[in-house]
Amino acid sequence: MLSDIRPAIVSTVLFTALLGLAYPLAITGVAKVAFPYQAEGSLVRDGAGKVVGSALIAQPFAKDEYLHPRPSAAGTNGYDASGSSGSNYGPLSADLAKRVTTDAAALRASTGHDEIPDDAITTSGSGLDPDISPAYAVLQVDRIAKARGASPDVVRKIINEHVEGATLGFLGQPHVNVLMTNRALDTTAPKSTPKSS
Amino acid sequence: MPEQTLSAFSQMAGLTSHNFLSAAAGIAVAAAVARAFAANRGEGLGNFWVDLTRTSLYVLLPIVIVSALVMVALGEPQTLSAHANAVGLEGGKQVIALYPTASQEAIKQLGTNGGGVFNANSAHPFENPNAITNLIEIISMNTLSLACVVAFGRLVLARKEARALVVTMAILVTAGAAAIYWAETQPAPAMHAVHASTAVNMEGKEVRFGAPSTAVWAATTTGASDGGVNSMHDSLMPLGGAVTMFLMQLGEILPGGVGSGLYGMVVMALIAVFVAGLMVGRTPEYLGKKIEAREVKFAMLAVLILPLSILGFSAAASVIPVALKALEASGPHGLSEILYAYSSATGNNGSAFAGLSANVPYWNSTLGIAMLLGRFAYVVPVLAMAGSIAAKPKLEPSTGTLPTHGPLFISLLIGVILIMGGLQFFPAQALGPIVEHFQVLNAVAGH
Repeated sequence: MLSDIRPAIVSTVLFTALLGLAYPLAITGVAKVAFPYQAEGSLVRDGAGKVVGSALIAQPFAKDEYLHPRPSAAGTNGYDASGSSGSNYGPLSADLAKRVTTDAAALRASTGHDEIPDDAITTSGSGLDPDISPAYAVLQVDRIAKARGASPDVVRKIINEHVEGATLGFLGQPHVNVLMTNRALDTTAPKSTPKSS
Repeated sequence: MPEQTLSAFSQMAGLTSHNFLSAAAGIAVAAAVARAFAANRGEGLGNFWVDLTRTSLYVLLPIVIVSALVMVALGEPQTLSAHANAVGLEGGKQVIALYPTASQEAIKQLGTNGGGVFNANSAHPFENPNAITNLIEIISMNTLSLACVVAFGRLVLARKEARALVVTMAILVTAGAAAIYWAETQPAPAMHAVHASTAVNMEGKEVRFGAPSTAVWAATTTGASDGGVNSMHDSLMPLGGAVTMFLMQLGEILPGGVGSGLYGMVVMALIAVFVAGLMVGRTPEYLGKKIEAREVKFAMLAVLILPLSILGFSAAASVIPVALKALEASGPHGLSEILYAYSSATGNNGSAFAGLSANVPYWNSTLGIAMLLGRFAYVVPVLAMAGSIAAKPKLEPSTGTLPTHGPLFISLLIGVILIMGGLQFFPAQALGPIVEHFQVLNAVAGH
């Protein structure tokens, strides 16, 4: 009996040290040197070096001059980057129907268009989806242009530059990264301050 | 939620190492089954500790070191800092949880473990940042399970027979992915009601994946005993959810977990040759070994653990008030949540219809028992069967032997797998996702 238990205990200790500590720490060390940007979470910084978010993580945008992300079910108020979660509503859930109805009305009011793409009023699996579909991005052009006092063509051009197609033409779906597009909007088409008369 | 309850140390020392060892243990059992068929009047099935150590050090670790570094290059974080503080463009503060993600993700997928670093698992952009990582993770889930079948073919000198097993797995899991894709591109009632686009049911899905990459993943993760998800399965359309559940209920042999898929499939093959033997009135043989009453009894005992645990626990949970309190939905979708939970736990899958709040004593204990039954109560008869087969003489095939590599055998095997799964679980599925499917059709037609 003891001869059965001994290898179990010894191998648990040794494997934990090797596979649970040495392996991940070694990968961490190599990653820090070889791929520092990715290893630290693809953090995006402003001119002063302050972290404004992660290129891979959605953050809330509500102002008219910014591209809005998909709705989020992560955390109590959404976009909780330390509490990823989907809504887990089944297709016939009454809560889902209620949320979708409210969001659809609000979206139609803000864009002035009847069209609603699939991703615009559905929450993502993680609640932190950094992307929206090109259709949803284009739908927001007029609102952003008006709020920024810029021409819709300029805004549309910036958005089109940020459309990433399907990888190799068939893997995944075309998407637009919301944070990176909004940064480009701030740089290229800064909001014109209203002139005092 | 792991990102709120586990430190980087617990993730690494507690979880990462077990991700290796559970896969290595699966391969050790598969190796024992392979040796049983290779032996001629053999006595032993090998040494578990030798198999465990060799698999961990010579197979898993080298592959994982490479794939972890590739994952970091493609965008997954790998850091010991617990979080990054950001101030967003609109001035809001955001705390971004970080982990040594890539090192865990690589073995999580390769070892078909599926336990995520983050709550949203591989739907989380840190665990699965883009379509390439998605593809690598899907391939990882299948690699070693299929490699075990190939290794089995070489060890037993039965490559054609091993190829027949691979073809059977591929046909069934591809059909599953196609069915999920079809289901997810049907109109979702909530979106249809507000006259939004209903091209894809995007609730619970990520834009960078969309319907195709989500459907392939969902079929793979449930066919392969992985359990990592890149979409929220609770929000799948009813028939999409039904297929994921069904793939788990078939015993997770498509291609199944690392090692466990192989021995599960061999059990099915034994039952298939037994059924064929009954039809023609001959003692069945598989890979040169006579399959007699003793082996078939062990095989059936193993296979019957699944309905005992899945249907038994589900039946109890659907009438016990304290169990029902944890459900997100009532009616057919509630039953789907229950069935999915016990199918996943018994199959050691780990994915969930996460609307069910399973972190309460009743669910924790019953799901835990289901996991133990699905793993150990299954492995014991399989090893007994292997021991009995190993002791038999290896026979040369005669003209009366049923060929076990051609299309005829593949069809027979698919039939046995579907009929066993179908007959046992169809009544329960009919009351859950299938009723819900007709409710969805009704809701969509009503607008």
